[in-house]
Amino acid sequence: MPFYVSPEQQMRDKANYAQQGVSRGRSCVALQYADGILMMTPNPSSALHKISELYDKIAFAAVGRYNEYENLRKAGVTYADIMGYQYDRTDVTARGIANYYAGELSRIFIESNKPFEVEVVVAEVGERPETDQLYRITFDGQVSDEHGYVAFGGDVARVSAVLKERYSAGMTLGQAFGAALAALAALTASGDGNGAPELNASQLEVAILDRARDHRKFRRIRGQRLEDLVAEARSAGSSPASGTSGTSGTSDAPASDPEPPVGPTPPS
Amino acid sequence: MGSQGMPGFMGRTTPSFSDFLTKYSPGLLPGAPGGVPSADNDVIASLPHATTLIAAVCEHGVVLAGDRRATAGSMISKRDVEKVFRSDEYSAVGFAGVASVGLDFVRLFQVELEHYEKMEGRPLSLEGKANRLATMIRGNLMGAMQGLAVVPLFAGYDEDRGRGRIFSYDVAGGPYEEHRFHSIGSGSVFARGAMKKLYTDDMPVRDAVLACVQGLYDAADDDSATGGPDMTRRIFPVIATVTADGFRRLSDAESEEYARQVVESRMAAPDGPSAPLRVS
Repeated sequence: MPFYVSPEQQMRDKANYAQQGVSRGRSCVALQYADGILMMTPNPSSALHKISELYDKIAFAAVGRYNEYENLRKAGVTYADIMGYQYDRTDVTARGIANYYAGELSRIFIESNKPFEVEVVVAEVGERPETDQLYRITFDGQVSDEHGYVAFGGDVARVSAVLKERYSAGMTLGQAFGAALAALAALTASGDGNGAPELNASQLEVAILDRARDHRKFRRIRGQRLEDLVAEARSAGSSPASGTSGTSGTSDAPASDPEPPVGPTPPS
Repeated sequence: MGSQGMPGFMGRTTPSFSDFLTKYSPGLLPGAPGGVPSADNDVIASLPHATTLIAAVCEHGVVLAGDRRATAGSMISKRDVEKVFRSDEYSAVGFAGVASVGLDFVRLFQVELEHYEKMEGRPLSLEGKANRLATMIRGNLMGAMQGLAVVPLFAGYDEDRGRGRIFSYDVAGGPYEEHRFHSIGSGSVFARGAMKKLYTDDMPVRDAVLACVQGLYDAADDDSATGGPDMTRRIFPVIATVTADGFRRLSDAESEEYARQVVESRMAAPDGPSAPLRVS
């Protein structure tokens, strides 16, 4: 053990350590579409979640070390419920939660021996796409305000490149799903991840903040609905989202959805 | 722990919102958990009190209905109080007692249930919800003894058993399961008498609603602190059903339909439907 390590070196070491931890995992994407915000990440587990509900219109998505972001998730739920209870439900905002996370992560980065190896996105769906919000918070508490789409964790550059090409404003859920799937599939295409050529429904964790829903907008997409969306995305092919390609299908219209409203996934 | 020394939000171990609130900011808890330094009876008496609720198990679930009046002493302090609330997708809660404290309990209970569901990834069982409510009410025992009493009535649809269930409480907690119907509040004595004669097991939902509205009418007939249907202002009992399809608050138009039916039948028979003298 060296006698002395300069503060700059310490911070650099911590930052490298955390950054590597985040880059080692799987990527996650969040993107706006006409009727809400879609979040998707490869996740073989159906019980341990990376994407969760924080509050009525606010969702949490994270990459990195599970127990660390679970801790943050629970703290975020607590913060949101306390704010909503003390004031009013409408006073709870993604911005407030993002700032809270920034403070906590910054404190943890500076004060702990080991920084959290996490990156977090807090998303809020508004009345209209212009009022949607996406915040990304890094392991050391930096917050950035994202627009349209954000990829984080894992091989960000590769996933982001595909997402940028495929994304356009005002997509349907089917189109947004296709864009997200293509972006995440870029990870496995080169042989990273599980080596399978394409991601299938059982390997994905998908959730939306659905503008049209009452009260709690967060909803997981699982089971048959997820299978249908994956199949639709595959059949639509690899053409960039143009608004004319692919079928819009019934999976986009909340009114015709046969699945009853669900909350967070029960443990299997 | 947060850096200020008060409990931070990180490192939560229990999924209970009200337990966390006790540590974080006990002043936010409903009522007066530690009691009040010296109970002023005049102040207590002048606080608005809420009055009659009826719950009834029926064919597909359960009905919970409440009147709309809040009284402070001999004055009506509010004509359109809401006393029946959705606690979560499959349950409803109402309260009798000090109105403001009751509202606070309802809010806390709603957050408690949602908080648990978000933290744990699954909703509480119906019995778990009933027990949590009991613990919260027990926490207000000191306040209740000094006059800030609230007693809830909890009704829900039990998905495992496929039927509605009712739970009652006293100021020291509970819960007590009621298997058919129950009423609380100052008019509950009269409401219970009416329900005894009107209620049948496995009543269809519509009939159970009608029975509850009859019961509330009879409570208002004999208890000045319970309000009957206000036909001029069109303020009617708040009625909720909880079935396999979840919580549903009947619209004002639907409530009005039931209330009008009862009022019109009372024009001919003011004491309401009479029960046969002998059970055939």
